[in-house]
Amino acid sequence: MKYTAPDKKGYFGKYGGKFVPEILIPALEELEEAYEEVQNDPVFLKEYHDLLREYVGRPTKLTYANRLTKYYGGAKIYLKREDLCHTGAHKINNAIGQLLLARNMGKSRIIAETGAGQHGVATATACAKFGFECVIYMGAEDMERQKLNVDRMRLLGAEVRSVESGSKTLKDATNEAIRDWVTHVDNTFYIIGSVVGPHPYPMMTRNFHRVIGEETKDQLKKAEGKLPDYLIACVGGGSNAIGFFYPFIEDEDVKMIGIEAAGLGADTNQTAATLTIGTPGILHGSMSYLLHNSEGQIQLAHSISAGLDYPGIGPEHSYLHDSKRVHYYGVTDQKAMDAVKLVSEKEGIIPAIETAHAFAYLEILMPLTQRDEVVVVNCSGRGDKDMGTISDWFGKNSHSV
Amino acid sequence: MHLTKNMSRIQSIFKQKNADEKIMSLFITAGYPDLDSTVDLVLGFEKNGADLIELGMPFSDPLADGPTIQYASNVAIDNGITMKKIFEMVREVRKTSEIPIILMGYINPVFRYGVEAFCEDAAECGVDGLIIPDAPLEESTIISDSAEKHGLDMIYLVAPNSSDKRMQMVDQHSRGFVYCVSVTGVTGARSGEEVVRSVGKFIERVKSNVTKNPKLVGFGIKSHEDAQLIAKDTDGFIVGSALIDIIRKNFPNKDWKDHVFNFVKKLKYGNL
Repeated sequence: MKYTAPDKKGYFGKYGGKFVPEILIPALEELEEAYEEVQNDPVFLKEYHDLLREYVGRPTKLTYANRLTKYYGGAKIYLKREDLCHTGAHKINNAIGQLLLARNMGKSRIIAETGAGQHGVATATACAKFGFECVIYMGAEDMERQKLNVDRMRLLGAEVRSVESGSKTLKDATNEAIRDWVTHVDNTFYIIGSVVGPHPYPMMTRNFHRVIGEETKDQLKKAEGKLPDYLIACVGGGSNAIGFFYPFIEDEDVKMIGIEAAGLGADTNQTAATLTIGTPGILHGSMSYLLHNSEGQIQLAHSISAGLDYPGIGPEHSYLHDSKRVHYYGVTDQKAMDAVKLVSEKEGIIPAIETAHAFAYLEILMPLTQRDEVVVVNCSGRGDKDMGTISDWFGKNSHSV
Repeated sequence: MHLTKNMSRIQSIFKQKNADEKIMSLFITAGYPDLDSTVDLVLGFEKNGADLIELGMPFSDPLADGPTIQYASNVAIDNGITMKKIFEMVREVRKTSEIPIILMGYINPVFRYGVEAFCEDAAECGVDGLIIPDAPLEESTIISDSAEKHGLDMIYLVAPNSSDKRMQMVDQHSRGFVYCVSVTGVTGARSGEEVVRSVGKFIERVKSNVTKNPKLVGFGIKSHEDAQLIAKDTDGFIVGSALIDIIRKNFPNKDWKDHVFNFVKKLKYGNL
């Protein structure tokens, strides 16, 4: 079936929209117009893809994971190696795309929010490369647990502003970035790091990441002569997953699985499993599933991974969840950390803790697969940034490894 | 003056005011500084010169608000504020007062309550209008039909970066008045002088584009003098953050309400 979401108003079914203060409406209209102009413009797309090739290092490899495949004894497992992108994760595809757009629009100042710091690093990198002023909002708690990325952003010339409100994580960094945008709307471009926020951000960010799925399709065709049977990706806001899934949505035989962070468990209040236990609501400019209480107050999410520690999710994922085109499951901190170790030992790849959530689901999925099937995991980022958390975890929890 | 039957309390106050009088609308977060004070504050504001009340429905993530209203919202949530309690407060005020009351807050708590049930319950307890800053015209259909059905005035905002055409659209869809945001930014963050310097041109445009509704101007007004300058060519002004700052400074001293009501009186009448 033809997939055309979002509609003109930015809705994926009933999710999405533009729930923003009046001050941001002209900014969003200007952005929509500017994006409309470039999205099929060969000159813009050539510059973008040239940068992805020569600067980011695309296409990223599709690696056959022979030892993981043997370990599970089911389908063949391939890894889409977004961890090999410059700066260490997929985030830079979008940061470069939005920065080129900001430049075209004549904006001089860039702001962004960041959770794990990967989007912040990607944005700071793009700003350094193009000579833009850059301010990154990051929760105080996240600055603690992703210190290495804070140092990287500063070295790249960005100003990192610590956010002390609320849960001091990604949600609050996003609030603060929006407040900055409202105040400096004339000269400032807000590079949102996930497929969240008001229209056109979820659509635009998806389109800057669709290269992940497009490459996967070509590469797997060369390697196996077929479409994948399963795609697995982790989902916080959901940018790596949507970029990976989107080119396959109309291929109805491709089964797609999004993995949320269940934290200490989706049945506890220490979780970030938005689709598993949330209900629809409105946060950060769009309608989507949310973790909120009966009064509509947003609940604090929990995940060991800063990048998935968010009480919302992109509106397109809510739509794909309701329509059952993608199936979503939660994976706990414990299972994700076990997967960090397993993938490191079996494949010589230390995945980001976010990414490890996707790997952890192999334990459930692989026994259900056949040897002639193919599973592709989106290896969205590398784990260097997480070494502090990883060392602490295996130090304290050595009984569990 | 004879008032037509279907004129709302909000519309009535603009009809009744003298030509040179400025309507003063005060914003207070429901449940701040504590649950018991809200009704007394509203009644005290009225007694000391407020013409309109904007009662804030606290939200955990108030992304259009500066630090002051963020703080008040957090305190109110910690105090255990709920939508039902806000409705009870309005009901209590209505026992002795006819001052127009507008509920102001973000869309998610309203959506979670159920938009239709929210409008029905709000109207039933005596609420007159709604301001939902993150439900602009584009998304207004989420609530506008229910609001109209239950006789609640929907008040939309215009900002300095709104186009002429946009201002005209907002005027068309608003009922009660149009809320003019004096500066681009969050609530409370600028000084009065800063606002005065930039507001003139904006208000000129508002005057030529907003012709159906009265106009109240807000954001950054901290004193009677600010208000007189900033609201010179409008129907009145709105004060929120500065009022909450006064409460924050004086609560819970024994005479805290006296200080707050004195501030309110001065806002409206200047130093008498």
